Order: sequence, then structure tokens, then C-alpha cells
Amino acid sequence: MTARSSNSAFIEVRKLSKHFGDFVAVDAVSLKIERGELFSILGGSGCGKTTLLRMLAGFETPTSGQVFLDGVDITNQPPYERPVNMMFQSYAVFPHMTVEQNVAYGLKKERLPKEETASRVREMLSLVKLDDFGARKPNQLSGGQRQRVALARALVKKPKVLLLDEPLAALDKKLREHTQFELMNIQDELGITFVVVTHDQEEAMILSNRIAVMEKGRFEQIGTPKEVYEFPRNRFVADFIGTINTFDGVVQNSGDGIVTVASDECGQSLRALCDKPPKNGSDVCIAVRPEKIFISQYKPDNHEDACLEGVVEDLGYFGNLSLYRIRLATGKVVQVSSQNRRRSIERSFDWDDNVYISWRPRSALVLEP
Amino acid sequence: MKGNSRFVISVLAFGYAFLYLPLLSVIVYSFNDSQLATVWGGFSMRWYGELFKNSQIIDALMLSLKVAVSAATMATLFGTMAGVALSRFGRFRGRNLFTGMITSPMVMPEVITGLSLLLLFVSLQQLTGWPSQRGYGTITIAHTTFAMAYVAVIVQSRLAAMDESLEEAAMDLGGRPFRVMIDITLPLIAPAMLAGWLLAFTLSLDDLVIASFVSGPGGSTLPMLIFSKVKLGVTPDINALATLIMLFVSAGVVLAWAIGRRMQKA
Amino acid sequence: MSRQTGHSDTTWQRIAIALPYLWLLIFFLAPFAIILKISFADPVIAMPPFTPTFGDDGALQITLDNYAFLFTDKLYAVTYLKSVLMAASATALCLLLGFPIAYGIARAEPETRNILLLLIVLPFWISFLLRVYAWMGLLNNYGVINNLLMWAGVTDQPLAMMYTDFAIYIGLVYSYLPFMILPLYATLERMDLDLVEAAQDLGATSTVAFWNITWPLARPGVIAGCLLVFIPATGEYVIPYLLGGPESLLIGRVLFDEFFTNRDWPLASAVAIVLIFLVVIPIVLLQRNQARATENAA
Repeated sequence: MTARSSNSAFIEVRKLSKHFGDFVAVDAVSLKIERGELFSILGGSGCGKTTLLRMLAGFETPTSGQVFLDGVDITNQPPYERPVNMMFQSYAVFPHMTVEQNVAYGLKKERLPKEETASRVREMLSLVKLDDFGARKPNQLSGGQRQRVALARALVKKPKVLLLDEPLAALDKKLREHTQFELMNIQDELGITFVVVTHDQEEAMILSNRIAVMEKGRFEQIGTPKEVYEFPRNRFVADFIGTINTFDGVVQNSGDGIVTVASDECGQSLRALCDKPPKNGSDVCIAVRPEKIFISQYKPDNHEDACLEGVVEDLGYFGNLSLYRIRLATGKVVQVSSQNRRRSIERSFDWDDNVYISWRPRSALVLEP
Repeated sequence: MKGNSRFVISVLAFGYAFLYLPLLSVIVYSFNDSQLATVWGGFSMRWYGELFKNSQIIDALMLSLKVAVSAATMATLFGTMAGVALSRFGRFRGRNLFTGMITSPMVMPEVITGLSLLLLFVSLQQLTGWPSQRGYGTITIAHTTFAMAYVAVIVQSRLAAMDESLEEAAMDLGGRPFRVMIDITLPLIAPAMLAGWLLAFTLSLDDLVIASFVSGPGGSTLPMLIFSKVKLGVTPDINALATLIMLFVSAGVVLAWAIGRRMQKA
Repeated sequence: MSRQTGHSDTTWQRIAIALPYLWLLIFFLAPFAIILKISFADPVIAMPPFTPTFGDDGALQITLDNYAFLFTDKLYAVTYLKSVLMAASATALCLLLGFPIAYGIARAEPETRNILLLLIVLPFWISFLLRVYAWMGLLNNYGVINNLLMWAGVTDQPLAMMYTDFAIYIGLVYSYLPFMILPLYATLERMDLDLVEAAQDLGATSTVAFWNITWPLARPGVIAGCLLVFIPATGEYVIPYLLGGPESLLIGRVLFDEFFTNRDWPLASAVAIVLIFLVVIPIVLLQRNQARATENAA
């Protein structure tokens, strides 16, 4: 209890590990989260994100490492003593209690006076727009309403941190979009630090101030949504968040922050901007997001840009945008997406059309292979 | 009955007839006036009257009920503890032995359970003087031992189906483990405990073999009394008794079923 | 997922473990030690009617006579074998009758299904003894069935059904049928009907679909049901006593008689020990292996 956190970070996770037998669920991760942040831990199933969250809540005892909250070491505090609350993936709304009793449960454990409990419960139910539902039992509520009961029940305790385990996974698409913004508004209003665990990259991008991308018990990258999307640190992150085209190649030349890479996969050299250019002759991979690629019928005359020729192999119409799969002469298939700006019944491009695809050097990334 | 072939439907019909016709014949013959159980001598209620005058039967019934209520209650208490311990307390020393002992009474032939418990009681009496006589106490202990296994299994399967995050949520909201057990776990497994109690009660009322071993002179349960009578053949007053028991049990089961259904719908 | 074992208030947890644990140690495990002990003693005419494990001079006095007797006297071997065979046949009959019934219930409309299920469970709550007793009235020489047959002119002599092996089979199947149907129903009900339809869609006849899809998927239920019928049927006492003839010596009845009629406690104990080690334990182990195999396959 006496050990203090080294600096001002609100939550600090220091070299935290959790082993289940031989399996390493969380592998010595470190993390700092600021007060008032909405922080997401993003990863596929089995990456260790839920175990990490459960260690923050106190349900799992770490194998090694420490957790500090507001400067206090809470590593060995049981969940019922931590000033942290959690919203469970299943919502875990107590089925034998009314909505009011559910929300009041945590306050009763704090032995607050009855009047204060009642008024805080009322306040919280109104915040989540369930004013008239206090006397209902959970089985009389919809999924979205149950989710709000779980949220109110956790928030009414005024926790320092709210942990949310896949908060939106159980909701249908429309409701999910609506709830995303509601969650953000509530977080804004109360100023409570949120830590969200999710497998849904879109959800993480929309909700969070910062994202930690997790894989095999480790963080691959921590950064703002823009950083992890536009400047992924490695191929895993680039692949996991959104779609990306990659071309393997060898560095031919680097200087002035520009790298030239010879790639057999596209049959020519590609140029990309890079702050820390790798050595000549090293294996790298050039990565470009589909929406950064232009598609045209004629060869563009800008020689700075990378430009490849190919044939439309597949196309998909999504209303707001169209997706193309372009097959290059080398056999490599490149994904391109383009906004449907004009309203037209005819397609801009059709199957088997010969097209040119191009992108600016600064749109491309240089990643380790 | 979509998707059921004619074959399946005829087996169903045969099966239910097989299950219920024998019971029906007992009911019909309980209203037989004749002293000879197998010869129809006209409709009569006389055997029901005789039944209530028979103090032996009333005494045996009272003993059986007393044993069943006590044994079911103790079995529910211990069985719930065991079920909760096995599904919620993680690993503890001696867990494997515990699991084995909990499930074994269910697969043990009754003659063996009965014999082993009697030998225990005899040895205990030699060593400590207790139990000085066998009857209500020893039968209750024996029934508790084998019925708690059933309660434990019911409670365990209810807990396995229950979302563990309910208990975690309560702990997260500030409930200490013991409070969580009282506030959340017990109310949610209460239906399973009730089902376990009813099962234990029925098993106890039903048991003949184990009670025959561990009971002493004078302590006859209802099945023991019935057995001593039917050993000699079919008797009309047992027909009447059987009819009454079937009536009570069916009414109880149907009522419980109807209540259960209404609760599910609400 | 480990629980909060490291935290302070676990006293109540220890109590919740200790109470049932102690109870079972005293009233379940200890009795077996005693049976084992007595099975090595000599019978004497005294109370209790067996020699102590340690003589007056403190010397260990154990004897294998009881076991030697069990294994040399052909009567016992035959009795064990007959009990196991009868229980196995009764189990097979229960399966044969119970499977279509469970299948029919599982495939019925939900409303009908509930009522059908209730009707299967209902006899279970009614006294076992009385259900066996009901057959005494039916199978008797002057019982309902013979009266009917003679009235219909099928036979003019009553058929001897009571006090035969046939009556024991009837009693066993009748009493244990619900134990077979319920686990079967539980697995069949959970089974996805689409699987069978998919098999038929891929060209299987309904018979082939049954053997390829339904039967293998129902196996856990079949095993559970057979176990629930076979073990109690092996040690059954009431049914052979009430419905079987005096020559129908099944092991449960032999044990009962050795104990109560012959007052040979050591021999009865040895009979029980052999029954446990030859029948109960092998079957439980077999079932555990099967369950593990099914788990691994899933």
C-alpha cells in the first residue's frame, strides 16, 4: 500500500503478467492511462484483453507485476475494496431484483443513508433515461435497457474508473451506434475514466481517446485512433485495424526521408515516405490502405506517384462507396475503395476493365516484413 | 406431433399404457368390496375406512413423514454446501475425494449402503454407546447421506448454468464474498434447493431397503410396513393406501408443475 | 478462473466444505472400511456376530475364508452372473422401449412435450414399492391379466407369470424405464433437428440418418441412462423378492438373506465387497472414461 506510482499517471500498470498453468494470458504489459481518458484495449479473442481487465477489477490475481490507481498500489486489493467498477459483457443484472434494487445494491454495501441512496439512484436512472423503469424486473427489459441498468449500477458508486467489457457486443447494429454516442456523452458529463475492452475495431476507433492493440498477451501499439490507423507500428496492427494492401520488397535506395523499394510482387519500384529509413538491401514491406489509392481509366501523368496497371477482377457496391479488387500483371490482387461521389445508375468501372491505380508516396507506409 | 412417425407414436402409446395401466388397476381394485383382492365383489369404500382405523399404518406414516422431513432438510443443507463448494470455491485440499464421496451414494446398490451403515451403527454403539437404539435417528442419518448426493448434483448443475459474472458484479459493487453468497447466490439457487428438498423427501419416503437395515425393532416406516404386508400377497387395504398415495403425489406434482409454469411465464 | 482464495474471510467457506465433508467421511467412507474389516472376520454366535480384528492377545486375526467360500461355492458365482445378466437384459429392454419414447417426446410440440414429460416423471414420485406391488395384482394366477385372458377365451388355464423371471423383467423394466427415458430425452432434446435434415438433404434415408447422426449424438444420454438402470438393477432386492420365485436368487437378495436370515455378517460383507469391486467400480470407471472421451471429441 505504501509504494507510490512513479509519476502522475492515473492508472499505471507495471509489468503485469498472468499465467494459467503453462499458458501466458498476459505477458508483462505496462500501461499508463490519464485521468478522464476513454481508453480502449482492442484485440481478437484470446489475446488476453479480458484477463487484463479482470486484473484491473480484481477478479484475477496477477502472477507478477503491479497496478496503481491514483498513486495507490491496488494489486492485492479484492474487488469489493477497489474504487473501480465494471460493466460486464453479459451485463450481469441481478434477475431477482428490480431495476432500482440493482442500482441501489452497491450503495447499500457502502451503508449510505436511505435518503441519499434513493436520491442517487433516481438521479442515475434519469441519466440513463430509465426514470419510469425503477420497479421493473430485468426480464421485463430489452437488451439495451438492461445494458443501461448495468451502466447505472456501476456509475452510481462514483468509481474512479469504469471498466467496460465488450459494452456493445450484445446490442444490434442500430442500437450499438446510438449507444456509442450515449456512452461518450455520459463519460464526458461525469469525467470518469473509462477503460473499454473490445474486439470491434470500429467501436474502439469511435469511442476512444487512445487505443491499445493487444495480441498474444502483449501490446502491439498504444496510440490515438488516428495514430494506430494511419501510422501502425507493424504489420499486425496495420492488418488488424482496417484493411491494407502490402507489397514485399527490398530497399534499393533511401535518403531525404524517401525510400525506394523494389517489389517483385508488383513488378516495379515503389516509393514511400519514411522518417527512419531502413538500410539498403533490407527486406521491407510497403503498405497502402485501399481508400488512399486512386483508380482511373487512363494513366495519371504525375510521375511522383506510384502507378500500377491492372484488371478489375471483382467489384462490390456498398452505396456510399465501391470496393474493387484489381489484379496486377504479376497476379497480385490489390484492394481499392472509392467514394461514390456522383449519383449515377451506371458503374464507373466494370468487370475486366483495364485500369490504373495510383497513390502518393506519403500515403504509403514502410513496415517490417 | 410433427415429425413423429407412426412407429414412434405407437411406441409412445404402448409406453404410456405400460406405465399407467397397472396403477389404474390398483385404483379400480381399491374400491372392490370383496375380501379377495382379485375377485370383483362390487363397489365399496370400506377399505378406506379400515385404513384410518389401522393405528399401525398411521404410526408408520407419521414416522416416515418425520424421517423424510428431517432427512430432506439436512440433505438440502449439506448438499447445498457441497454443491456450492464444488462449483464455486475452486481447488481445495481433498477435493477429489470429496467429489467421489458426493457422487458415489447415487451409484451404490441400496443393499450395500444399508448394510454398511448398519455395521457402522453397530460398531459405534459398541465403542461409544450411541446410538442406543435404532429408529428415527439412524434412518434419518442414512437417508440424509444418500439424498445429499442428489441435492448436491442439482445445486451444482444450477450453479454451472448460472452466469458467474452475477456474483462477480456483486463483489465488484462492494459485496464481500459472504454477503454475495447471501444476496445473490442463494436466492438464485433457491429453486434448485427446493427441487432438491422435494427429491430428497420423495427418496426418503420411498426407501425400503436402507431403512430395513438401519431400523431397529419397533421402528417401522411406511414402506417397511407395506412390504411386510404385501410379501404375503395382494391385500385390499394396501390397494386403498396405494390409491391415496398416488392421489396425493399426483396432485402435488401437478400443482408444482402448474406453479412452475406460471412462474416461468410471468 | 480462481476465486478470491487469498483474501481474509474464508472461514465460512471452510465450514461449508468441512460439514458435508465430515458427514460423508463418517457416514459414507467409514462404513466401507468397516464392511471391509468384517469381511475378513469369522462368524460367531454373539453380538455382534463376528470375531474382532485383533484377538485378546492383540494378534491380528483375519481370515480369507469368506472370500474363499464365495469363489469356490458355485452358487455365488452363478448368482453374481445371473444378477449381472438380468440387469443387463433389463437395461437393454429399457433402452429398446425408452429410446423411441424419449425420441417421440423430444420431437413433440412444446405444449404436448411438457405434458408427456410430466407423465414420465410422475410415476417416479409414486412409491417404488407400490408400483412393483401393482404388478402383483396384474400377474397373479387369479390376477387381472389372467382373468382377462380366460374371459376372452384365449386360455382356460391361468398362465404362470407371477414368481417367474418374466415377472422380474417386467418389474425391472417398469420400475427403471423413467431413469432411461429422462437422460435420453435430455440429449435428444438438445440435438439440432437440422442435422438430421441436413443428412437427409445429402441423400441419407431416414434409417441411415438415424444410425449416422441421431444415435452417435445421443450416446452420452444412452450411457447415462444405461448406468442409471444397470447399477440399481444389479443389486435389486424388492423386485425379485416380490415378483420372482424362491429360486430366483439375485445377489441383492442373497446379501439380504445372508445377513438377516443366516445372520452371517462376515459373509454378507464379503458379498458386498465383491459386488463393489466386480460390478460397481468397473462400471463407474468405464462411464468416466466414456464421458472423458465424449468431452474430448466435442
